[in-house]
Amino acid sequence: MPAVFFQDRERQRKKRMISKLRSFGKKFFPLIKSLQTGLLLLTGLAGFMSTRCPVLNIPELLALTGSLFLSISGSTVLNMWYDRDIDAIMPRTCNRPLSTGETQPREALVFGLILSVLGIGWSLFLDPLYGLVVFAGLFFDVVIYTIWLKRKTPWSILWGGISGGMPVLAGRVFGIGQIDWIGIALALGVLFWIPTHILTFSIRYHEDYQTARVPTFPGRYGFHTTRMIIAISSVLTALSLGAASYGVGLTWGFLRLLAVLSAGLFILAVRSLTSPSERITFGLFKYASLYMLSTMLLMFFLGD
Amino acid sequence: MYKITIRDRLLLLATVLLSAYQIIAGIEGLAPLSVWSYTIGFGTLLVSCLLLIILGFDGLQSQAVVIVSTAIPLSISLGLVSDHLPGWALPYLLFCIIGFAATGVTRFVLSGKSATLVLALVHGTAGTLITLLPLSMTITHAFPPGYLLVSLGGALIGLGGLLLAFLKAGKPLLSQETINRLLPVILFCMSLSFIWGFSFL
Repeated sequence: MPAVFFQDRERQRKKRMISKLRSFGKKFFPLIKSLQTGLLLLTGLAGFMSTRCPVLNIPELLALTGSLFLSISGSTVLNMWYDRDIDAIMPRTCNRPLSTGETQPREALVFGLILSVLGIGWSLFLDPLYGLVVFAGLFFDVVIYTIWLKRKTPWSILWGGISGGMPVLAGRVFGIGQIDWIGIALALGVLFWIPTHILTFSIRYHEDYQTARVPTFPGRYGFHTTRMIIAISSVLTALSLGAASYGVGLTWGFLRLLAVLSAGLFILAVRSLTSPSERITFGLFKYASLYMLSTMLLMFFLGD
Repeated sequence: MYKITIRDRLLLLATVLLSAYQIIAGIEGLAPLSVWSYTIGFGTLLVSCLLLIILGFDGLQSQAVVIVSTAIPLSISLGLVSDHLPGWALPYLLFCIIGFAATGVTRFVLSGKSATLVLALVHGTAGTLITLLPLSMTITHAFPPGYLLVSLGGALIGLGGLLLAFLKAGKPLLSQETINRLLPVILFCMSLSFIWGFSFL
């Protein structure tokens, strides 16, 4: 056989493989909610960097990134799999692949389970306590928040917050091998931020949630109380992350910057109560997200 | 109505980053009053630009704009007075507190001529100090010519502040649309001038 024939066959094989990978990515990537997963992964890495480990310990950093990414993605996919009936009803989420039928529920369940088992298994292999914290995050998110409480009580968001705080705590535990007050303060920072995220959406898409019969704070306690909770959560986020930053040992220059950002958050929170409007509430949510991202980046680069 | 564009957002983001740099590293080693004055000034600038990025120019509809546009020159001028005329720092601090309170009170309680008068007095004093103090320091060779960039920043902040303040006072010098177009450019050039100029401090 001429060499050209084998080269051609090899090229065809590669082409088919790339096309298969592409269609796999197209089908399953949207299930991961890349922005949310990315942000939670960043908090985990920030928690690790805050322990002042040698920053260039590439194997540890890669292991942490890989195991956290798999666990967070797995929990997100399982969450989306379980909520597919609600997602199909709400206009905001009705275009998700499980709602449109682009991905079959069974495929998503298997994909989510594989990611979760791989992530948790890898975490436990790396460090049992770290693995336990990662498992707790997944368990709180999928079992307690999504399956048990989300359709029963608006207070389920508390458990959503606790599970959201687990990656940053896990990262810190991976770095120092134990749970300390800084790790808890970091986790509290994320915990208080999560309600601002979920409650802002529940105000903005109130009708959607009503249609899907998901209990929300605006539905149960009204918009004013919800806005007040968002404002208080934002301030508590700033306080928790401020305390953690001080504990980590950020220099005065960075603490001054954090104080400035916190003041902005506080002013916006007060304004959302004195002049309530959807624009201000959404602005507060965006600002709180930026605030958390900035704080995590500071931890990421400046744990000295 | 002119809507915020990508270019505007990028300029505002650059202003945020420049202000953050100044707060973190640009004022280390100065007297505590200077450090806190500059932190408040650049901090207010930073948060304002972040809010403009998030909320767009609709945020300029608020009456709080006048307060913000007064806080920035007052606190930066207080930092300069504390640096170069330490004997005057305390009286000027009092002037800043009274001036700031008066601007807020006249804005919300009174209106018309008295509000505009207070605004012009407070802005004028702060702007003059920011422009003249670095100029005099450069003329007397106490600082290198690059320090004059702070004066340029002062002139720009005066321009931006007055445009906004008079717009809110109901006597616009330019149309709202033109101000919205110019504001991100003015804020960026102002912060760049300040930060470059302060590097000679």
